[in-house]
Amino acid sequence: MPEALLEVRALDAHYGDFQALFGVSLKVEAGQVVAVIGANGAGKTTLLQSIAGLMGARHDAIVFEGAPIGEEPSHAVVARGVALVPEGRRLFPSLTVEENLLIGGQLARPGPWNLQRVYGLFPVLLERRKQPSPSLSGGQQQMVAIGRALMSNPKLLLCDEISLGLAPIIVRDIYERLPSIVAEGLSLIIVEQDIAQALRAADYVYCLQEGRVRLEGKSASLTREAIAAAYFAV
Amino acid sequence: MHWVNIILQGALTGGLYALFAAGLSLIFGVMRLVNIAHGDLIVVAAYVALMVTSALAINPLMSIIIVIPIMAAIGYALQRLLLNRTLGNDLLPPLLVTFGLSVIIQNGLLELFTADSRKLQAGSVEVDSIAIGPGLAVGTLPLIQFVVAIAVIAALQAIFYRTALGRAFRATSDDRAVAQLMGLDNRHVYALAMALCMAVVAIAGVLLAVRANFDPSIGPARLIFGFEAVIIGGLGSMWGTLAGGIILGIAQAIGAEINPGWQLLAGHLAFLLIVAIRPEGLFPKVQG
Repeated sequence: MPEALLEVRALDAHYGDFQALFGVSLKVEAGQVVAVIGANGAGKTTLLQSIAGLMGARHDAIVFEGAPIGEEPSHAVVARGVALVPEGRRLFPSLTVEENLLIGGQLARPGPWNLQRVYGLFPVLLERRKQPSPSLSGGQQQMVAIGRALMSNPKLLLCDEISLGLAPIIVRDIYERLPSIVAEGLSLIIVEQDIAQALRAADYVYCLQEGRVRLEGKSASLTREAIAAAYFAV
Repeated sequence: MHWVNIILQGALTGGLYALFAAGLSLIFGVMRLVNIAHGDLIVVAAYVALMVTSALAINPLMSIIIVIPIMAAIGYALQRLLLNRTLGNDLLPPLLVTFGLSVIIQNGLLELFTADSRKLQAGSVEVDSIAIGPGLAVGTLPLIQFVVAIAVIAALQAIFYRTALGRAFRATSDDRAVAQLMGLDNRHVYALAMALCMAVVAIAGVLLAVRANFDPSIGPARLIFGFEAVIIGGLGSMWGTLAGGIILGIAQAIGAEINPGWQLLAGHLAFLLIVAIRPEGLFPKVQG
């Protein structure tokens, strides 16, 4: 069996005295879409931030392409090919749309993604490329955030709540483009509140509750009852 | 014509004040660091130029080419080794550390160079002038300084808004954590900003040393002029900083004409007046 692209091994995470993750383990194979679901405060965002190097973790708690990267700072992790689309988009407000995309690509990792390809994926951004990023609608800002992450040509893309605060039609629009992103050979971890959306998009699902993995399995194999139990059971 | 002359000379001096201020403005904009040692670092640049000119026997204005990389290297190291450790969510630690640095620099210079006043000799360019009308002439040196100030500010503006480096500065200033997610090491980005700031400080220091006497104690007054120019112009606006420097220079020139003792007072009064009427400065650009 080939080595997993990403392996999280018994990851703990803390905010001061508060422990947010307890021994979380997770695996992502190349080309796979993995969803992480769970209620508010379950530790989903903390998990993605730990993988991206924003939290600081145990050396061997996060292994990417066989290399332990738990202690690496985020700028080194992204250079290895792990990009995060942060919750709430977090575009750079004093940069234009195109500048936001360019700064995502400033590492110049080789790969299929460049300005033209991102504009091909989200044509509306081409018309708005000279505008300051705060002038865009929420959905367009989310497209910039995804495009900005793609510009680093990641092998693994982490998407944190990309549907948050967006109209359902926009969410569907964005999710419809995910397969074409995966077709370029990258893997995805999506964190979602919208369970139905997550189950549709993902091959494999982890359900977090209070910082622990309560349920995992192929998305087709999970029943609504099992997920509800993992969400709410004590 | 007399007053036109005074305002013109004041405006030219203001170019130098804008140079003092440009580095301060840059550093505050990128990393929210208020550098109390900024004025003393200008004086350090003046002494570096003094050593370079006496060692190589070249014109002080030529020495800028050598002083710029020296100061930029000092700036990079200072940021990496010291100032990066003070940055966080609190404005106070960098304030205290740079205040301490200011004291250390002044006393270090005093030990090395004594309290004697020095000046760089730039030759005939110091006394040359260009007639621009009946009874009106501008000194070549003040004119050079003014043109250099405009060129430096235009260059900073271009770097900030047209280059990848400037993009990295603005992104890091907007959101440090997300900038790291783009692969920007903020310790390195901050050090580059300080190196750029110190390159401007080098130019300001040499021009200061050619124009007037300097000794180890004059840094804090240059810092005040710089602060006032930044605040008058409005935070975050480079051209505003130039305008602030010019207003300060003109106010000082007018004050000095009324009474020689009023030169500095007039500058401070103009500053207070503008802050009272427009607390955000004339051309503010900082949002949020």
